[in-house]
Amino acid sequence: MTRKNYYLTTDGLLKRKENTVYFLNKDSKRPIPINKIYSIYAYGALSISSQVLNLLSREGIPVHFFNRYGFYTGSFYLRETLLSGDIIIKQAEHVLDNERRMELAKSFVRGAALNMKRVLGYYGLENGISDTLSDLESSGSITEVMNVEARIRSDYYSAIDGILPEGFRIERRTRRPPENMTNAMISFGNSLLYSTVITELYNTQLNPTISYLHEPFARRYSLALDLSEIFKPTIIDRMIISLIKKRAIKVEDFEHGMNQCLLNDSGKRKFLAEYDRRLGKTVKHRELGRKVSYRRLIRLEAYKLIKHLIGQKRYEPFVMWW
Amino acid sequence: MSMISGLEGNPAVRGLQINYYFICRTKLWFFSHNIQMERESELVKLGRLLHEESYSREKKELIIDDLIAADFVKRKDCLEVHEVKKSNTMEEAHRFQLIYYLFYLKHVKGIENLKGFIDYPALKKRTEVSLNDEDVEELKNVIKDIDGIIRGPPPAPQRKPICRSCAYFELCWI
Ligand code: SF4
Repeated sequence: MTRKNYYLTTDGLLKRKENTVYFLNKDSKRPIPINKIYSIYAYGALSISSQVLNLLSREGIPVHFFNRYGFYTGSFYLRETLLSGDIIIKQAEHVLDNERRMELAKSFVRGAALNMKRVLGYYGLENGISDTLSDLESSGSITEVMNVEARIRSDYYSAIDGILPEGFRIERRTRRPPENMTNAMISFGNSLLYSTVITELYNTQLNPTISYLHEPFARRYSLALDLSEIFKPTIIDRMIISLIKKRAIKVEDFEHGMNQCLLNDSGKRKFLAEYDRRLGKTVKHRELGRKVSYRRLIRLEAYKLIKHLIGQKRYEPFVMWW
Repeated sequence: MSMISGLEGNPAVRGLQINYYFICRTKLWFFSHNIQMERESELVKLGRLLHEESYSREKKELIIDDLIAADFVKRKDCLEVHEVKKSNTMEEAHRFQLIYYLFYLKHVKGIENLKGFIDYPALKKRTEVSLNDEDVEELKNVIKDIDGIIRGPPPAPQRKPICRSCAYFELCWI
């Protein structure tokens, strides 16, 4: 795939001249040919003209907006022709039928947990994920499933703390606002991943608002939350651990305030560059016999869900195999 | 209307569905349920480009009732209906797509004096297709069959050489 993600970290303006979009900020004017854009992530204040929006929607290019803390605030995307009434009906049917919903909700938690296990295994860390995971089967409600997930995640974070240097330990997960550096990176990374999943879902017939693990009213694109769970360990957590351990990210890359900590501009730039590199990294896919990028793995997950919904093949969550 | 007796009781079928029926039933099912991949498929783009470049002068698309989209038509002493294809490996599929067009134009639209051609610009080849009773009989069966396939569960994919270049490759084999 030749299209790339563009991450705009400064304030600026998007302008259109024929089939080229220009990003103008106070220091420069950068041309971005329209057929080179996969999606745009806007972290600064961004002004966009309607001409640009028309072009972007014609080409099916989403723009994801984040506030200055790096939290997702919304997306621009014009839905094109990829609509299928059948799929939407099947999606809804699988929420309304509790047994079917639980099956999918559990699959997402199981996938997330097994990927967490792989991350810990990679660093030679002991863990009790399999034990806790056995409680999943007996869970009868979404709340219980969520509780199992929360217990696994909290054990997982404390295990990870065992290999993180002083100052970078998670201690406990804090979100809004994150209270320390690693929490800040987790929040930033999860928002980023969530938007990436939205882009992938928009390229399928799946309706992103109909979800199974998360309540469909939890957030606008709650299906993206469901799928993010599976990829957080593989894409975001591994990346954070590696950035810290390699000392690629340092104390100076954060803004430290009272009870809150956020990535600053240099931190964001480092994080985004590494994220993009990882999304583009490829692995040989065993079933497909082809090389696929991490980003593509997300799309494939959406395809697997479609096949499950139409009754073609039971959904098995992605678990890192390398 | 006695003229459309051949299609009576049968649903509206799109030309591409006839084509896919001969190529792959999984593809037929996905396509018919609006599970389409077109936005990204480079091959589809390539095909479109091929059309535009090879026949820009004569190009006059024929779209009827949203079912038929012949690539171009020429009015001579008769009406020539052309389908443009990349290669002749799917000969049967192409032929029946065109037979369906001819049948539809004749029996539903009442147009007489039709000629059908499949053009392979890359091979500098052109094949003429005409309606005969045997094909029409088969066409009716095909249409009935398509209806049954679409109403049923999605057919399991079968590995074939064309899978490699099919837009549904990942969806099928993941
Ligand atoms: S990948 Fe193969 S089996 Fe699947 S739709 Fe295409 S041709 Fe059919």
